Amino acid sequence: MVKHFDEELQDLNNQILKMGAFAEEAIFKSIESLRERDRNKALEVINNDKLIDELELVIDEKCLDLIARHQPMAGDLRFITTGMKINAELERIIDIAVDICQRVSEIADKPLLKPLVDIPRLASVAQGMVKMAIDSFVKRDIQTAKKIMLLDSDADNLRNAIQKELIEDYMVKDGQTAPRAVPLLLIARFLERICDHATNIAEDVIYMVEAKVVKHHPEELK
Amino acid sequence: MDNDIKMKADKINFFYGNTQALKSVDLNIFSNRVTALIGPSGCGKSTFIRLFNRMNELIAGTKLTGKIYIDGEDINSPCIEAVDIRRRVGMVFQKPNPFPKSIFDNIAYGLRVNGIKNKDFIEEKVVQTLKKAALWEEVKCRLKESALGLSGGQQQRLCIARCLAVETEVILFDEPCASLDPISTGKIEELILELKKDYTIVIVTHNMQQAARVSDYTGFFLLGELIEFGRTQDIFTAPKDKRTEAYITGRFG
Repeated sequence: MVKHFDEELQDLNNQILKMGAFAEEAIFKSIESLRERDRNKALEVINNDKLIDELELVIDEKCLDLIARHQPMAGDLRFITTGMKINAELERIIDIAVDICQRVSEIADKPLLKPLVDIPRLASVAQGMVKMAIDSFVKRDIQTAKKIMLLDSDADNLRNAIQKELIEDYMVKDGQTAPRAVPLLLIARFLERICDHATNIAEDVIYMVEAKVVKHHPEELK
Repeated sequence: MDNDIKMKADKINFFYGNTQALKSVDLNIFSNRVTALIGPSGCGKSTFIRLFNRMNELIAGTKLTGKIYIDGEDINSPCIEAVDIRRRVGMVFQKPNPFPKSIFDNIAYGLRVNGIKNKDFIEEKVVQTLKKAALWEEVKCRLKESALGLSGGQQQRLCIARCLAVETEVILFDEPCASLDPISTGKIEELILELKKDYTIVIVTHNMQQAARVSDYTGFFLLGELIEFGRTQDIFTAPKDKRTEAYITGRFG
């Protein structure tokens, strides 16, 4: 019986990886569309979302099916239940990439408020964290997962700096800048949320591999 | 649901004397799929599968109304012989029942009864079916020994091999693992999943987890009625009938 069950687990693993690849692609394209202010690229991400929503449902159903039909135990049980959570995190990441693209399409044909410096930096932190999160899942690598959790504060700091600059240097001084500042403010917020979801994936991977709950228990990380 | 129907039960009522054991049961058995029938003791599930190869007609005082079809053909039609149906629709029982003969002869018997005399052909067929039944590696050096010396799990696989040798099309399993340990049970379940590539399988089981693991479709019987039938995944995650839900969550039965 184990042979068939293992094949099904492998199949689930592959589907989650596919979701991960979609997530990486969505972030990459959303950041590119922002950098190049390319509305068409932004639309590509927005239009791809339906397909991804479908995959999310397929993965969820697969997990439920495996639990109902095989009564998994121990590592198998942790893999399937965290697989469900990682699936949801990845789908949220993609939704946020769509949010970014929607803001990009709003500002695409307006002159930029200021040259973008910190936002691309935050974007590359977010992209890196998601990539590492997926890698840690693929390789069942908790060292990488732990590194991701440490990066999260960098993302928070960058977001705060961007927010401070946009509000204090632009919106407070000249209210007219708000229509161009607010989308950037939101984009920074979205990128920081992506980092939060990558951190959640890292926590899930640690639970999956080591059965350790590090969520809300940072002392467990040591 | 699949489209390819191998066997079909149409408005089946069945009586032991005055007792009605099955009440107006309609059910499709799909080709190359595993269909599990579950339900508490006495619900009629074993009676029901025994109709698929006309086993119940051996019991005096029984009465059947309704039709059972294989490939669209009425299996109870006067022009069809019971032995022919039982060759096409094989059965494996709860207690392994090998013949008190050698391992080799257990399988060769069905071939010889069917008029096959060519020794090379028989030998080839024995090897082939033992391999198919995942038993070959364990018995290849002791084919001449009595089948009764095999373990329960091996005997059960021998009984499965016996069905396969006569080119059966459908295999009915009535509680095939009830007397086996978990390891042997795992082997039989693995085998069932292998066999469905070439055969259509119906399994009656008390073990709901087993039904969940091996089957594509599940039917839930209660007091002679088919309460619910559907894809196994749906039955075990979202049954439509409250009685099915109560049974599979262990709240009665």
